[in-house]
Amino acid sequence: MPRAPKIPAPPLPGPLKEPPPRPGEANGAGLDEHLKEAGINVVDWVDERTSLSGAARWLMFRKVPKGTNWFYTLGSATLFAFLSQAVTGVFLAMYYRPDASGGAYESIRYVTNDVFLGQFVRGMHKWGSSVMVVLVFLHMGRVFFFGAYKYPRELNWVIGVVLLILTMVMSFTGYLLPFDQRAYWATIVGVNINGTGPLLGPYLSDFLRGGSEFGATTLSRFYAIHMLLIPGLLIALIGAHLYLVTKLGTTAPPWEKAKKAAELREAEV
Amino acid sequence: MLPRRVELASILCAPVPDRRARQKSKYTLDRGIPGAFEGETVTRRRFMVVGANTAGAIAAASFTLPALGLGLGPIFKGKPARWETVGTVDQFNKFNYVPVVLTLEPNIGEAGKTTVYVRKFNPAIDTDRYDRGAKFVAISDRCAHLGCPVRWVDAAERFICPCHGGVYDLLGRPVGGPPVRPLDRFYTRVIGDQVQLGPRFSVDKELRRFSPRDPGEPLDGVGQYLYPSRPGAQKL
Repeated sequence: MPRAPKIPAPPLPGPLKEPPPRPGEANGAGLDEHLKEAGINVVDWVDERTSLSGAARWLMFRKVPKGTNWFYTLGSATLFAFLSQAVTGVFLAMYYRPDASGGAYESIRYVTNDVFLGQFVRGMHKWGSSVMVVLVFLHMGRVFFFGAYKYPRELNWVIGVVLLILTMVMSFTGYLLPFDQRAYWATIVGVNINGTGPLLGPYLSDFLRGGSEFGATTLSRFYAIHMLLIPGLLIALIGAHLYLVTKLGTTAPPWEKAKKAAELREAEV
Repeated sequence: MLPRRVELASILCAPVPDRRARQKSKYTLDRGIPGAFEGETVTRRRFMVVGANTAGAIAAASFTLPALGLGLGPIFKGKPARWETVGTVDQFNKFNYVPVVLTLEPNIGEAGKTTVYVRKFNPAIDTDRYDRGAKFVAISDRCAHLGCPVRWVDAAERFICPCHGGVYDLLGRPVGGPPVRPLDRFYTRVIGDQVQLGPRFSVDKELRRFSPRDPGEPLDGVGQYLYPSRPGAQKL
């Protein structure tokens, strides 16, 4: 494919123009010039082979309706809460041992008391989970009260509800991992609540426990669900959620729509 | 506007040529497909598409199904009965419960243990018709509401649950709070002078025996059908 011709840059005003090269200097391109060009060249090289700049423009430079306000940041806030959970979770997993005969509790004790920044990172993960649940609900409330779930955004609402349920599953499975008394009994009660669903409930609770009683693999099962199964689904669905937000755009707040409708009515009369 | 709408309607209502009527023959030769040969009914292109998709589906299923089986298998697997000695016959009496510790899951420490309240069978108390012949009564401390550990309170002669206030009488039948059925029991046997506890079983409000159910699952009336027995449950 032939390279597209470069559009010439518009002429610069006199004072901004580069002085012509002094006699003896080669083409006016010193080392600093080359370094300045290097970054642009790398980006160009990648873009020529991927056309990613178009996608980036599509994602970032969008029109935003009048009246957009701070409530519209709750979705991004939830996304960043999730990213925080993902990053802290990955590094906590380096220290965690899903061993029901005492190793799990001991590994958590070790992270909290002995590891450099361990208490801080574990605290971020522990409190961040509550922050994420709160933000998810606030975001959901914003979408509901602004009427942003209506046509053509119904599918995004449905995906959002699935994301809410997956967030709850993350909270439930993560709660067992410290494996102290509270974690153990909360999980016993939580699994049994799942079991009270008619017909399928008993199978669900047996699936969660990996058998009829809390056993040797229950903890590793919760750990695998918590750090592999649900995060994979979450990332995929967050991708779909953001794609639809970008494709459909955001809605104006209801009061902006009401203003516009009033103007229209006056114009018609 | 009106004439245009009429025109549109006449276009929409015009008879559409039937695709199936045109492609009536099952032979590719008759359908005029380029490269067709005598007696061919499926084109090579179609055969390749179906073949490639089938191969992909088989390849995906060959790792997905075994992996799913690994995750779902424990639901269908029964456990062999374990019998554990919890004391001698003269440790227990007819009128009060003695707590013993029973191992449900070996090798996971405290998490695999449970408390069981044991007393000798007493014909004066155990008047239900299902317990005849048993020498001991062993009642699980797992609350029939959501599985918290109940405690036998001697002064009240009641089992009381700390979580949500479930109360059970001497026989483990619910007399207050949210529990939906009596406390579970364990099979007992006596070998020499050793008392042994075996697998768990659940009871309905008349103390009729059922295979073990999870807490929160009623067994009276329609309950026993809404909360079916485990596929791997063994009969003793």
